[in-house]
Amino acid sequence: MSAVIAKGVGKTFGTKSGDVVALTDVELTVEPGEFVSLIGPSGCGKSTLLRLIADLDSATTGELEVFGKAARQARIDQDYGIAFQQAGLLPWRTVAGNIALPLELHGVSKKARADRVAELAALVGLDDFVDRYPDQLSGGMQQRVAIARALAEQPRLLLMDEPFGALDEMTREYLQGELARIAAETGAAVVFVTHSIPEAVFLSDRVVVMSPRPGRITDILTTGLGDARTEALRESPEYFERVTAVREALHGAPVERANER
Amino acid sequence: MTAVAADRAASADRAESRSRAARVVAPIVVGAIILALWFLVVDVLHAAPRALPSPVAIVGQLAEHYDIILEDMGITATNALVGLAVGAVVAIVLAALAATFRPMDGMLAPLVAAIAVVPIVAITPILNTMFGASSQFGRQYVAAIAAFVPVFVNVLRGLRQTRPVHRDLLRASGASGLQTFRVLTLPTALPYLLTGLRIASSIAVIAALVAEYFGGPADGIGTAIASYAKSGHAALAFAYVAGGIAIGLVLFLVMSLLERLVTRGRPV
Repeated sequence: MSAVIAKGVGKTFGTKSGDVVALTDVELTVEPGEFVSLIGPSGCGKSTLLRLIADLDSATTGELEVFGKAARQARIDQDYGIAFQQAGLLPWRTVAGNIALPLELHGVSKKARADRVAELAALVGLDDFVDRYPDQLSGGMQQRVAIARALAEQPRLLLMDEPFGALDEMTREYLQGELARIAAETGAAVVFVTHSIPEAVFLSDRVVVMSPRPGRITDILTTGLGDARTEALRESPEYFERVTAVREALHGAPVERANER
Repeated sequence: MTAVAADRAASADRAESRSRAARVVAPIVVGAIILALWFLVVDVLHAAPRALPSPVAIVGQLAEHYDIILEDMGITATNALVGLAVGAVVAIVLAALAATFRPMDGMLAPLVAAIAVVPIVAITPILNTMFGASSQFGRQYVAAIAAFVPVFVNVLRGLRQTRPVHRDLLRASGASGLQTFRVLTLPTALPYLLTGLRIASSIAVIAALVAEYFGGPADGIGTAIASYAKSGHAALAFAYVAGGIAIGLVLFLVMSLLERLVTRGRPV
């Protein structure tokens, strides 16, 4: 069963100055365990599409299925975990309290919660920080807590809305490596919104290229870089080739190279 | 750490402890200077008007009449506390309603604005007459009205401070309305509630005290100050003023402490 199936999905927002078409005619299938990035300029509807899958907004047209269920049912059944650009941690809860939040909401016992929190803290490398409060952590560490929280219910689908967008380049690359490892270890499918081309290529099996006014999918590229997402990949010719391919897909035409002028 | 850095850190530590000491010592010095000047003007130069007694005389009256002063303090403090509690509970309930139902907010906003501008001195005589000369009820009522406004305004504000990312997170986690209120809305509003209570605690004491100037039963700090000032017992009147200050101060400190306890571990 596919993790996500979108058929003719569209979203229109009603505003004072008339209707705005945020997304139109989206056809997309995400297979279990697959890593799919949504990339495009602002206003292309990539975040909107993610919010539709998460049932944080509802689609105006078309059909959206998550593991064969309506998006709303999948949300209620906790079939996905989610992380946003802002870590969105509750400042009055410790790291452990934040990671445990989804478990607490679903009535998991205290003992089981503590065990799972320890497991997740180890997974994201924050064993020594479970008793800290969010404002005592760096931005990268806060984002790792948010990822651990998203993984708390062992979801088969992870939705991420520019989770590394507010971080510096070095932290970013480090967390990309961590995320690739975590995604492989958990076997979860990932839908990942980003505006960074190298980030999309490094992480993804497929890159969905989107375009604004109206928001739509213009191209879907398969990276075919295999399972090994190591730092060496960033230096390889195949990687640069895919980055160029995505860039050209984004710009709609081959980019003129300096030595060909 | 290099020797220079260690030295610098040590001197920063010293500077900090010095400034902390200055924070404590400075107001004490100012208070002592004022007391000394007061003593000088009244007892040494005899240059003060008759209504201004010497600080020594005030302390003397405090020591002599501490039992009746304490008794009256108890009455005024009780009125202020009852008013604070009732006003706060009503404010919290109405603020929760206003935050939940938009139309309710529209209905309450002008009402609260009206209550906020009601001058306590204007309605107190009416309330005293209404509830009778032997009842403390009028005074408690005035304190409740005064305490209501800051609590309502702050709680309503606090209930609206939840961030979109947190609301999204709880929706994505499939949280029920009640769960969202418990884990997000309430903890977000709590510091605002405590700020409201801290402000209201001082206002409730002032309101309860002022209400006593306008009649009602013949006890309480305010009544005592009014009657002793009029009958020429200025020193005793001032001793009662000190009692009034003590009530307000204690209540304010308790509320500040509570605020600090509850907001511990949070970024400010």
